[in-house]
Amino acid sequence: MAAEASMTGAGAGQKLRVEHLGMVFQRDGEAVSALEDINLDVSAGEFVCIVGPSGCGKSTLLNVLAGFLSSTSGSVTIDGEAVTGPDPRRILVFQERGVFPWLTVEGNIGFGLSKLSRAEREARIAHYVQTVRLQGFEEAYPADLSGGMKQRLQVARALAVNPDILYLDEPFGALDSITRVIMRGELLRIWQTERRTILFVTHDIDEAVQLADRVIVLSSRPARIKEILAIDIPHPRNISSPRYLELRDELLTQIGLAYEV
Amino acid sequence: MKLPVWLRPLLFIAVLLALWQVAIDRHPGQLLPGPIGVAKGILDLLQHGLLLKYVVASLFRVTWGFGLAVVVAIPLGLMLGWHRRGQMAAYPIVQLFRPISPLAWIPLAILWFGVSDLAAIFLIFVGCFFPLLLTAMSAVHNIPAVYVNAGRNFGLSSSAFVSRVLYPAVIPQLLTGLRLTLGIAWLVVVAAEMISVNSGLGFLIVDARNAGNRYDLVVAGMVLIGAIGLMLDLAMRSLERVRSFHWSISEE
Amino acid sequence: MNSVAKPRRWEAFFWPAIAAAVLLAVWHYSVVLTGTKIFPSPTNVKTGVIELLHKNVLWADIGDSLRRVAVGFGAAVLVGIPVGLWLGWSAKANQVVNPTLQILRPISPIAWIPVAIIFFGVGDRAAIFLIFLASFFPIVLACVSGVSSVPPVLRSAGCNFGLSSTQLLRRVIFPAALPQILVGVRVALGIAWLVVVAAEMIAVDSGLGYLVIDSRNSGKRYDLVVAAMLMIGIIGLVLDFSVRRVERIKSVRWGFRDAS
Repeated sequence: MAAEASMTGAGAGQKLRVEHLGMVFQRDGEAVSALEDINLDVSAGEFVCIVGPSGCGKSTLLNVLAGFLSSTSGSVTIDGEAVTGPDPRRILVFQERGVFPWLTVEGNIGFGLSKLSRAEREARIAHYVQTVRLQGFEEAYPADLSGGMKQRLQVARALAVNPDILYLDEPFGALDSITRVIMRGELLRIWQTERRTILFVTHDIDEAVQLADRVIVLSSRPARIKEILAIDIPHPRNISSPRYLELRDELLTQIGLAYEV
Repeated sequence: MKLPVWLRPLLFIAVLLALWQVAIDRHPGQLLPGPIGVAKGILDLLQHGLLLKYVVASLFRVTWGFGLAVVVAIPLGLMLGWHRRGQMAAYPIVQLFRPISPLAWIPLAILWFGVSDLAAIFLIFVGCFFPLLLTAMSAVHNIPAVYVNAGRNFGLSSSAFVSRVLYPAVIPQLLTGLRLTLGIAWLVVVAAEMISVNSGLGFLIVDARNAGNRYDLVVAGMVLIGAIGLMLDLAMRSLERVRSFHWSISEE
Repeated sequence: MNSVAKPRRWEAFFWPAIAAAVLLAVWHYSVVLTGTKIFPSPTNVKTGVIELLHKNVLWADIGDSLRRVAVGFGAAVLVGIPVGLWLGWSAKANQVVNPTLQILRPISPIAWIPVAIIFFGVGDRAAIFLIFLASFFPIVLACVSGVSSVPPVLRSAGCNFGLSSTQLLRRVIFPAALPQILVGVRVALGIAWLVVVAAEMIAVDSGLGYLVIDSRNSGKRYDLVVAAMLMIGIIGLVLDFSVRRVERIKSVRWGFRDAS
C-alpha cells in the first residue's frame, strides 16, 4: 500500500541504498540488537526524515550511514559505492558542540577546504557565509554565537565541501522552539537552492511533516522500519491545512501516541 | 602476543629496571646502584630497623605540617572566598607568596625554630598553606549561584546555610585540593628534612650520601618516597570516591 | 558572592592595598616590639633590595635563575607535549606507561639532587636537569588529560572531513586540548620556579636561591634574605601572569569559559 509505494523515492537515481542493515552491540557480554533489517532507497535531492521514539536507534542508524559505525550485517551504498568509513562526501551535522571552538566562523567553514587554492577557498567561505546568513560574523568565535547560529555554522561547514549527502542528527534539538521554527525555514531555503540529498533525524513529528518528502518511522528498539510515509504537500506547507493534519495524525498513530493531552 | 591488560605496565617497568641494571653493570666502579643494589639497600634499612623509623618520622612531620595548614587555611579561605572583597584583598598577596619555594623559607625557619622538627613542620606548613587557601577560596567562589539562591529561597539561617549548602557544595573541590596539596607536602618534607635533626626519608638521602656515599641507600630512599607518595595519593583518591561526596561528578 | 553591592573596579586595588598595609604594619610593629636585632623590618628589606640592585648582584642572579628555568622548562615543554599527546592519543600506550609515571611523580626533585649531581656534577646542568624533571610530569599529565577530554563529537567531525590520523591530531585534537595543556604548562612553570630556587640553594652557586642561602651564611643578612624572597615571589607572579595572558587569547579562551 502506501508504504510499499513510497519504499523507493520519487524520481530517478538511487543515491543511497540500504539493504538488510542490522546492528548488534556487545554490552557486558550480551548481544543487544539496535537495528534490524533496515531497507531503504533514497533518491538524489530528496529530503528524508527519520522519526522514532527516544532511544530507538535513530542516531545509531545515522552513524552507520555516515560511516562512523560499521554495521554487523547488511550493506550501505552511496552511488553504488559501499560505505566503509567517514568521508567528506557525506557530512554529519551534530546536535550540539559540533563546531570547532578554537576557529572563527571562517575557520570552521573553511575547515574541509585545505586542498583548494586560497582564492577558491575564500570565495567558497564567503558564499556559504551568505547562504546561512552569518554575514558580519566571519571573524567571530563560536563562543560569541547563539545556539542557532552555531548550528547554521555547522551546516555551512558541511555544505562547503560539496557533499553528496547531508546527515543531520536532531540538529535543532538543543534550540528553543522559536529558533527551531526559524531554522527549519532556513534549512528548507538552503535545500531548495542547493538541492542536496538530506537525511534528517528528529523526534519532533511536526518537524518531520514540515520538512520531509518522505518520513521513515522507526519502531522502538530493536529499530525496524515501521512505516514510510510520503508527504505530498508542496512547499510552502500550511501547517493548518487538512492534509498536513492528516499526515501528522497518521504519524502520531504510527508511533503510538494519543491525540489529546 | 596478547598480554593480559594488567601485565603490560608491569612488563614495561620490568624492562626499564632491566635496562637500568644492565647500564650499571656496564660501568663498574660507578657510584649509582642498580635496582638490585637498591633492593639490598631497602633490606639493609629494614634490618637495622631504620625503614619504619624513617618512614614514620617523615609521615609524622607531614601530618603535622599539613594538618595545621588545613586547620588554618581552609576556614580562613572559605571565609575570605565568601566575601567578594575578602577575596579581592587576599588574592594578590597569596599569589605573591605562593611562588616562593618553601626552601627559601629555610633561613627564617631556622631563625625562628632552630634546627629542629618544628622548623621542618613549619616548612611543610608554609608549603601547604597558600595552595590550601587558594583551594578554599576557589571552592567557595565556584559554588553555583543556583545553590546559594535556593538556600536563600528556603529561608535558611546563616549557620544552617553553612552546614546544609556551603559545606556540601565545597567538599568535592576541597578534597581534590587536599589531595594535590598533600602531594606538595610530601615533596616538601624531603626538603624540610634536610634541615631536621636525625630521621626521616629526606634526611636519609642527604645523610647516606654525606656519610659515605651510600648511593644504594640514597636511591632506596627515593624509591620509598615515590612509593609512599603514590599511596598517599591513592588513599586520597579513594576518599574522593566515597559515595556521599560523589554528586559533583554525577552532575553533568 | 555574598556582596552587598557589586564591587567597583577601584576596589580590586583598594582592598589588597589595605590588606598589604595591615600586614606590613603588623610586621613592622612586631619587629619593633620584640626588639629583635636580627629579623629585618620592612624598611630594612627595602634598603636591602636597593643595596642588591646597586651591587648589580641582583640582576645577575635573576638572570641566572631565569636562564635555568628557560632551558629546563623549555626542554620539558618540547619533550613533554609530544609525549603527552602520544600517551593521550594511544590508550594502550598510556596504560603501559602511566603507572611508571605515577610512581616517579611523587619523588621530590630535591630527592633527585644526589643522582643529578652524579650525572652532571655540581652546577648549572644539574639544576637544569632537576627543573626539566619537575616540569615534565605536570605537562605530560595535562596533555594526557586534555586529549582524553576532547569531546568525541569533535573527533568525529574531524574524521568526517577526511583527515588522516596525523592531521586529526594536529588540526583537531591539539587545539581542542590546548586550554588544558596550557594549564599544565602554567602549573609546570610554577613548579619550575620553585625547583630552581631549591636547586640553587643546594647544587649551584648563583641565582636567587643561592642568594637566599648565601645572605644568611655569609653574615646573617636577613634583610637580604627577605629581599631575595620578595624578588622570588614577584618574578614567580610575573611568570604565572604571563601564561594567564596567553590563556586569554581568543583561540584558547573558549576552553576557560563557563559552559557553552
